[in-house]
Amino acid sequence: MSSNFAETDVVIVGAGPCGLFAVFELGLLDLKCHLIDILDRPGGQCAELYPEKPIYDIPGWPKISAQGLVDKLIEQVQPFGPEFHFGEMVTELERTESGFRVRTDGNATIACKVVVIAAGGGSFQPKRPPIPGIEAYEAKSVFYSVRRMEDFRGEDIVIVGGGDSALDWTLNLQPLANSLTLVHRRPEFRASPDSVNKMFAMHEEKKVGFQIGQVANLEGAEGKLSAVNVKGPEGIVRLPATRLLPFFGLTMKLGPVADWGLNLNEERIEVDTVKFETSEPGIFAIGDINYYPGKLKLILCGFHEGALMAQAAKRIVSPNERIVFQYTTSSTSLQKKLGVA
Amino acid sequence: MPKITYIGADGTHYEVEAENGSTVMENAIRNGVPGIEAECGGACACATCHVYVAEEWRALTGEPEPMEEDMLDFAYELKPTSRLSCQIHVTNELDGLVVTVPPRQA
Repeated sequence: MSSNFAETDVVIVGAGPCGLFAVFELGLLDLKCHLIDILDRPGGQCAELYPEKPIYDIPGWPKISAQGLVDKLIEQVQPFGPEFHFGEMVTELERTESGFRVRTDGNATIACKVVVIAAGGGSFQPKRPPIPGIEAYEAKSVFYSVRRMEDFRGEDIVIVGGGDSALDWTLNLQPLANSLTLVHRRPEFRASPDSVNKMFAMHEEKKVGFQIGQVANLEGAEGKLSAVNVKGPEGIVRLPATRLLPFFGLTMKLGPVADWGLNLNEERIEVDTVKFETSEPGIFAIGDINYYPGKLKLILCGFHEGALMAQAAKRIVSPNERIVFQYTTSSTSLQKKLGVA
Repeated sequence: MPKITYIGADGTHYEVEAENGSTVMENAIRNGVPGIEAECGGACACATCHVYVAEEWRALTGEPEPMEEDMLDFAYELKPTSRLSCQIHVTNELDGLVVTVPPRQA
């Protein structure tokens, strides 16, 4: 996480299909973009939730897989050289004299003229398992990711889950833990067979514990965890623990966007249907995250919203420039931008 | 059309008519049955359409596929009768199906 500063025309929050296509529409108008996404790759829900699923309502594509669509969009925006900031979340948005300053939790600061929120269902964040009172332990004894392994040295760790995160951290933290137990509801795992085998080998050597079951409740006081009670096949098992790492997948949350003072309608951002601008001038919202009467959460609607938004964004970035409407089929100037003329 | 009864976490019964081929999740959403969220829209990519299938219907609804099993890892208060309702397709044989909605989705 190195601190870095950049300047651009537009910051797009979210690199899903709508954010990506916005790069294209903005690019045709000579606007440069930076995209920020909490995931480690482009595509948003298409890549994270259903990459293999076919989509049937993309105009011109009778059938295309979600990942296939993302790949095509990436290809389509290549000529415009967008800058991606993956694995980062926008934490602050500040209005400046010349536009906005956007900060991420990855230490990036980006100055821009226009902000486009294309955050879909919100940012993907670790799911909080429904364990009673877990909130009180969060960030003290309960963690949803491992930022610094040293923080786990000498601790009694319980890891819950059956995916790669759960298994990888079981293997990686075992050498420094005082004790480590993996809890999973069944003996089968989603994680790669290789790490599962390694885990079972460690279990054989009595280096890690493995408990089948679901976490019933936590014991401790003032955020300091002392034990995790697991409901197993033979009743409750008490595991002494000072650290709990639950890996229950990701959920979508509006996140810090909710604090930007924009008018919201049930967790979605209200926009007009001419410019797709929010209640804050210069901040636009496109795709699933926005709301207007008649809104349909379809990728193709998000594409349309991006095209109209780009016109309005151009007027903000270059207020004195006349926008000439052109077609990619016939305009040599557009074709030059696309690198085909 | 086959009938499905959803029993809410508070005991309320919701009886709906379901089209063959549709999913138990879709019918819950269409009819506004509370407690079924279906965050991912039916892609078997979350676990927020979790239901318990009534014991007498388990043989007909069948066992979850491995992908559904994996997703069930994320569900809350799992029981042997747990299923993701987006993975149960309505057929004439399921006329009268009863499912219970858990107190909360994960």
